Order: sequence, then C-alpha cells, then structure tokens
Amino acid sequence: MNLFFGKKQVLKNINIDFPRNQVTSLIGPSGCGKSTLLRSFNRMHDLSPDAKIDGSLKIDDLDIYSKENSVTTLRKKIGMVFQKPNPLPKSIYENLSYGLNIHRFPKNEIPDLIEKALKESYLWDEVKDELKKPAVKLSGGQQQRLCIARTVVLRPEVILMDEPCSALDPISTNKIEELILSLKQNYTIVIVTHNMQQAQRISDKVAFMYLGQLIEHDNCENIFKHPAKDLTRNYVNGHFG
Amino acid sequence: MSIKRREQADIIFRKIFQATGFITIALLAGIFIMLLYNSIAFFVEVKPIDFFTGSQWDPGSMKGDYSIAPLLVSTGLVTLGAMLITVPLGIFTAAFLSEIAHPKLKSILKPIIEMLAAIPSVAIGFLGIVLVGPWIADIFGIQNGLNAINGSILLAVMALPTIITISEDAINAVPLSHREASMALGASKWETIFKVTIPASMPGLIAAVMLGLGRVLGETMTVLMATGNAAKMPSGFLDSVRTITATIAIEMGEVPYQTTHYFALFAIAVILFLITLSINLLGEYFSNRLRRFHA
Ligand SMILES: Nc1ncnc2c1ncn2[C@@H]1O[C@H](COP(=O)(O)OP(=O)(O)O)[C@@H](O)[C@H]1O
Ligand SMILES: [Mg+2]
Repeated sequence: MNLFFGKKQVLKNINIDFPRNQVTSLIGPSGCGKSTLLRSFNRMHDLSPDAKIDGSLKIDDLDIYSKENSVTTLRKKIGMVFQKPNPLPKSIYENLSYGLNIHRFPKNEIPDLIEKALKESYLWDEVKDELKKPAVKLSGGQQQRLCIARTVVLRPEVILMDEPCSALDPISTNKIEELILSLKQNYTIVIVTHNMQQAQRISDKVAFMYLGQLIEHDNCENIFKHPAKDLTRNYVNGHFG
Repeated sequence: MSIKRREQADIIFRKIFQATGFITIALLAGIFIMLLYNSIAFFVEVKPIDFFTGSQWDPGSMKGDYSIAPLLVSTGLVTLGAMLITVPLGIFTAAFLSEIAHPKLKSILKPIIEMLAAIPSVAIGFLGIVLVGPWIADIFGIQNGLNAINGSILLAVMALPTIITISEDAINAVPLSHREASMALGASKWETIFKVTIPASMPGLIAAVMLGLGRVLGETMTVLMATGNAAKMPSGFLDSVRTITATIAIEMGEVPYQTTHYFALFAIAVILFLITLSINLLGEYFSNRLRRFHA
C-alpha cells in the first residue's frame, strides 16, 4: 500500500503481514512513517482530509477500508494506545465504561468486564478502591496501563501501540513490557518503539522502516543478529550516518 | 548606575500596579457600601417581610406598596426564558463552528456572530416593539405582544454572541488527544462531540453561561421597551412584566431624593446584585469541581 499527505508520499509500497498472537515491533528513524503506518490500520487518517491511501489492508480477509465496514466496529476490533497517555477527563471507571457503552454492551455485564480488563492490565490492585477518582490523578505509567485496559476491555483482535513507553520512567516501562508479553496470548500486537533493547525483549517479529519504505521484516533474532541488509545492521547497531 | 535605575523602575511599577488594584477594590467596595447603606435606610421604614412576601409594587399608592415579589418573578421569567433559548442554541452553534463547520463557512459566520454583539440594546428593544411583539401577538392570538416571552427572545439574541464566542474557545481548547482517544475506541464523531468534547469543555461552558446570564440579568433598555412594564404579579410568559432593572431605570429619574421610594430602589438593586453574585459563585463552585478531572 501507499499513503500520501497531499502530494507528499509518506509510505511507499509497504507490504507486510502480522501473524496472530505475536508481537511485531516497527522500528526506524524518526519521520520514516512508523506512526503513519500504524494509524492507517485503524483508519485514524480518516480525520485528516488530505491523507490518501491506495492499496489494500485486510484483517482476516476483511477489507479495512471497504465502504461496507463501519469504521466504528473496525476500531473496536483494532484498538490503539498512544504515545502520550491520554485518559479521558473522566473517572477511572468511566474511562473503561465509555467504550463499552458506545458499543452497547449489556449494562449488567459492564462492571465485571471492567474488573477483568483492569486485572489483565495489572492495574486492578492499585485502583480497585478508587475507581471514581479522576483518571488524570494516576501516575503516567498507571495512566498508560489504564489506556491499555480501556482498549482491552473491548476485546479487540489487534492492539496498536505507538511508542507507549516513551513518556514513562524505566519502572513503568518494565511493567508495560510485562503486560505486553502477557497480552500477546490473546491479542495480536503491533508496537512502534525507538528502544532497541525493548524491541528485542518483547517482539517475535521486527519490521525496519526507512524513509517510508519497509526495508526488512523478519523474526526478531534475525533482524538483530543476522540482518539481511546493511541499512538494517547499521540501524540496530546504532551506527547511523 | 543603570542597575540602580532599573531597580527603581521596578519599585515604581510595583507601586503603580498595587495602586490600580486598590482603586478597583475600593470602587467595588464603595458601590456595595453605598447600596447597602441606602437599602438599610429602606428596611428601617418597611418591614422585610412585607418587602419579600407582598404582591404589589406600587410606590404611588396611599400606603405605598413596596413588594419586590412581582419584580422578582418578572426578572425570573424573562431570564429563565432567555436562558432556555440561548444556552442550547449558543453551545450547539459553538460546537458546530468548532467541530463541524468547514473553515470557510466558519470564517463567514464568526464575524457575523460577533457583529451581533455590537447592536445597541435600544435597537434590539425597538425590534421587539415593531417586529417580535406583533409576531407574538399573532401566533398566540393575544392583544399585546409586549410581554415576558418577547423580552426572553430579545435577551436570548443579545446573550448569544457572548455564549458562542466563549463556548467556542472552550471547545477548541479541548486537546486533540481526547478526541483521538474517543475515536480510537470506536466512537463516532457525534458520540465524541456529545460524550467527550462538550463534557471536557464544561468548565469553560459554565463560564460562558455565567457571562451570558450576567448580560441577561443586567440588561435594562431592551426589557424596558419590550416587556410591557406592568408591575403586577405575572402568571406566565404571555403576561406583561417589569423587571428589577427596568423598574430602577424608570423610577429613579423621578423619585424625590431620600424618600422611602428612593431607598426602595436601592434595596431592589441590592437584591439583584446578590442574585448575580450567588449565581456566579455557584457557577465557580461547579466548574472547580469539574476541573478535578482535567490534567
Ligand atoms: N497529517 C500529516 N500531514 C502531512 N504530513 C504528515 C502528516 N503526518 C505525518 N506527516 C509526515 O509523514 C512523515 C512520517 O511521519 P511519522 O509517521 O509520524 O513518522 P515516525 O512515527 O516514524 O516518526 C513525516 O515526514 C511527517 O512530516
Ligand atoms: Mg511517531
């Protein structure tokens, strides 16, 4: 697929697939189009009028950009976690119930679903007594785990994460990495990261992008130990010139 | 030398700003004390219970009827009607301008709305008499279109620019990341506007409504012209009414100095002042409570 902003081509002939229940990391220098690629999977570019996409994107043979599919059900299937934690200006509980109400989950199931999602996101023990508290009163790491829980509670198939740890301290980062590894049992995860160690710790597959092109896409080991392209080797070893 | 100079300038400016601050506070306090002093003089002569419970405002009668009740009900009716029209209209227009309207349309609409604020109140009152009045009389099949609903409609129009401008700023200030969070969870544009953007801008919207309310409660000329000025207890929106502001404006010019009637006008002014003050404090309280949910 290709993606243009106005006349500028940002993604060039990207062809990639993400295996179920695995973690794929997108790596590459800033501005190479990682976020743009990620945001095309849940149609976040629908919001910017000058973005144009050609090619096809599919989830389980379902065409992401086809007119028949509603973008709202698509985004329920493909959740997204942003770079900066962005809890809604509501309580902790309401941050989770928001999506459930939007998608008309039965009212009586909501409290249990919320509890389950918070437990899966390693947040339950920290917040179970203060669910009514404003979400912004949580620490940055807790907020990010809340954002993950808010996505998980909808039981998506895919979770997209755009540098979810770049605004967090090392301890919070550690927790999120653990969380990602436990979530991959049930979800397909695509994560953008600038941190090579992190990519090695958490990913099954790694995709290296450069100037809008997909340079190499392979198992994590291969990318870091025996990359096929010089460009990839230079990048993962930190010599980039 | 030059450092010393700059320090001196610092001190002088600090003194100037202190002085301006004090002058403002002194002015406010002076106004309030003057109002209070004169209304105490009134309550020495007329029992507060008669003032609040009676049903007649007729200072010219033999025994002198000084009841604020009909004026208060009049002010309440006109204000309630105006706010019921202007708040939803203003906030939805603001949401439309900020979230939906094409930039081109917005650049045409905004100056027009701001221009609305520049129309003098006497011109709006005039429209009330020659346009809105006959139109109301026609629709409801009544003799006289100069009544509470007429005032409500005009005041709603007058408060709109304030409410729209400030609400739009508040809605615009909601970070894009909130909208993205909502959209990424599968909310539609409408759900995002109604469940995230508008609630997130609520503290600002409350401020907009408070300013609009201040405008409505304090407006004098328009209501004086368009509401019929009947100082008796109204029974509905189609009755002629007389607000507190109109009463003061009409009677202050003719009342003999330092009579009961003169003091009575101060007393009703104090009540109006206290109403505006308490509504503003209430608004402030709620908007602070909501702000807890923001970063
Ligand atoms: N809305 C947009 N309009 C125009 N250009 C954009 C837009 N978003 C991103 N770009 C451009 O696309 C390129 C890729 O950006 P991005 O995907 O954010 O890179 P990365 O996440 O890899 O750092 C950049 O050159 C950026 O300037
Ligand atoms: Mg990015």
